[in-house]
Amino acid sequence: MEKVGIIGVAQTKYQRYNPASHAESAYEVTSKSLEDAGLTIDDIDNTITVCNDFWDGRTISSMTITEATGSHKSPTTNVEGDGTYGALMGLMRLLSGLHEITLVVAQSKISEGIPSVITNAIFDPIYERMLGLDAINSAALQMRSYMSKYGVTEEQCAKVSVKNHKNAKANPYAHLAMDITVEDVLKSRVLADPIKLLDTSPISDGACAIIMARERTAKRKHGKPIWIKGVGHCADAYHLGDRDLAEVDALASAAKRAYKMAGIRSPLKQVHVAEVYDAFSYMELMWMEGLGLCGRGKAGAMVDSGLTEMGGALPINPSGGVLSAHAVQVAGLARIAETVLQLRGEAGDRQVDGASTALAHGIEGACGQGHCVFILGK
Amino acid sequence: MKRRVGIVGVGQTHHRSKNTDCNGQELISIAVKMALENAELTMADIDAIVIGNMDHFESINYVDMWSVDGSGGYMKPIMKVTTGGTTGSAIGHAGFYHAASGLFDTVLVIGWEQNSESDTTAAISTCFDPITEREYSAGAIGPLAAHYIAYMSKYAATEEDAALVSVRDHNNAALYNPYAHLRQTIAVEDVMRSAYISYPIKLLDMCPRTDGACAVIFASEKKARKITERPAWILGVGDCHILVHLADGIGLANLPSLEIAAREAYEMAGITDPFNQIDVAELYIPASTAGVSWMEALGLCEEGGGPRLIRSGVTNMGGKLPINPSGGVLATNPIGATGLLRIGEAALQVMGKAEKKQVEGAKVAVATGFGGCFWSDVTVLSSLPGLD
Repeated sequence: MEKVGIIGVAQTKYQRYNPASHAESAYEVTSKSLEDAGLTIDDIDNTITVCNDFWDGRTISSMTITEATGSHKSPTTNVEGDGTYGALMGLMRLLSGLHEITLVVAQSKISEGIPSVITNAIFDPIYERMLGLDAINSAALQMRSYMSKYGVTEEQCAKVSVKNHKNAKANPYAHLAMDITVEDVLKSRVLADPIKLLDTSPISDGACAIIMARERTAKRKHGKPIWIKGVGHCADAYHLGDRDLAEVDALASAAKRAYKMAGIRSPLKQVHVAEVYDAFSYMELMWMEGLGLCGRGKAGAMVDSGLTEMGGALPINPSGGVLSAHAVQVAGLARIAETVLQLRGEAGDRQVDGASTALAHGIEGACGQGHCVFILGK
Repeated sequence: MKRRVGIVGVGQTHHRSKNTDCNGQELISIAVKMALENAELTMADIDAIVIGNMDHFESINYVDMWSVDGSGGYMKPIMKVTTGGTTGSAIGHAGFYHAASGLFDTVLVIGWEQNSESDTTAAISTCFDPITEREYSAGAIGPLAAHYIAYMSKYAATEEDAALVSVRDHNNAALYNPYAHLRQTIAVEDVMRSAYISYPIKLLDMCPRTDGACAVIFASEKKARKITERPAWILGVGDCHILVHLADGIGLANLPSLEIAAREAYEMAGITDPFNQIDVAELYIPASTAGVSWMEALGLCEEGGGPRLIRSGVTNMGGKLPINPSGGVLATNPIGATGLLRIGEAALQVMGKAEKKQVEGAKVAVATGFGGCFWSDVTVLSSLPGLD
């Protein structure tokens, strides 16, 4: 793969309610990412927005931010899915050789919507929707299935929540930064057994933008481009009953593709920091296994060992992850932005020392039906 | 262009007003199977999938995930792209970029819609700004009507000119396209006598809403040459999604986004004299009025020359530049598929596989997409890998 570098990143502060409109949030991150890259909007020759009509509450939702992202000046398309998929579309445009610099913008204003209704619409309208399935109770089925098949415990899941909320204290963009204990998580209100309130990501308003460029332009325009080394995406079956919810086949396939492209044979040794899509505490454990960082069912023990904490061999979610800020559509793009800051050495108090290869991950659909994995490097 | 990309297979459903015998996934599956058969491929040959529709027409969130049972996307890379009415052309372009990037060799692109499951105009109306525009905006018809009023007063075009476009497209669908939704032979008087839905647009000037799906397979040069002797090469793509506030934009008699997208696509393809270099066009004309007023934005005539072009008959079958041999959008409009059908039909023309719709000797074709708030996409295709 020809080299493409990320030369600008920006995020808003994530919060429960941001009075800024969709367009204002998109404008904020567009402007800040341009500033970060040392560019002006005139340098951008194509734009990818990431908008979803359900989460935005209107048809052709990308219309809400096209003006704010400067796309009146250049070719624009809209990817509907996690922000990592938007970044992938932007990457393809550059690899085609037809564009030089891509701006990717995702924003989310979930405070205006009702997540249980919006995520209920993921499910089959005839057979499943009437059961009341949504993001939380479907995840509960997955967590139960994973725990019973592999013997992972609620305590081990709770440890992920404790770690990530603590990490968030070093991230000025995080929504929920706090010191909590495993006991706090276990005693928190049950939302859908076995998922408890503190196993769950918050509902956050926020936005993120990244700017990527082809090699020569990236080098010319920026002192520290972060290179995209590999990418892979894959989807599992749709109906929950058609899947073994404890398995992570689609993620393993996406990761395999990304690793092959990046020349990674032993991810645990070769990846120095990972930002994964932990919408629920148990997901971080499952995704670690799907990403091949440990064997199946071994993620709980790996978390027990402290290996994924700050200062461990492979810190996961130094930013606090999605558990500490969950702006849907944005969250995967934020994972990429955070790893870029890590690789630049500009991650402030959440910096992982000496990180030169990083992994960013996004999910799509219910219970991680789809996955997108990026490998980035200096 | 670093890597050439060609279309190697096209499939579509029999389009109709209300599809009652299968669900959305099955509808998708029909188009996918036909595209695979058309290319003599199997699902195992497909490296990645792009899918698109408009969410609120069926009310299914994350259609990329929902569709895997119909698309064949199980354990494959799949991504959703959606941009309103331009969705079909945008997913076509996304499929092109998938292959042009070198990341994937054979890419299946699927557009679909079951418009009968919702109130199309109500769903479209929510695209407008909730504070400043939604109260007085009602779907797509009003803005198109205002657009042609401006064009008629600026360039002395008439309602009869638009009727000629309606007759051309409806009759093409009736005579040549077995998959089209509306297949009726009509005359100018029929159009003129049909009821006004928003002056000057009458019932027979306006596209229907349709249940249907389309699938198109894109392949990298090496793969494309292995799959077929005569792929439809993508020579140029352009997309322009300018934000138009209705309050600012409806006074415009012309379509700047189409002009910009066409300029980009023509430049990439090496087209300098579109009227003489293009052999056939499949245009996203949502109302017959646009079939008059948008011809100049595509460079097919001088400014204000739309009426002259249409009256001359050159855009009819047998003319120098046939437009919409398939019957176009006026005959068939499954919205998320509509733009992709234009690309697919244009591809069939240059592949020589358009059957009764075939424009003899067609080597260069142009396809367009329209939607959003007056957004445009343009694709140039050819039986030759490049123009001399």
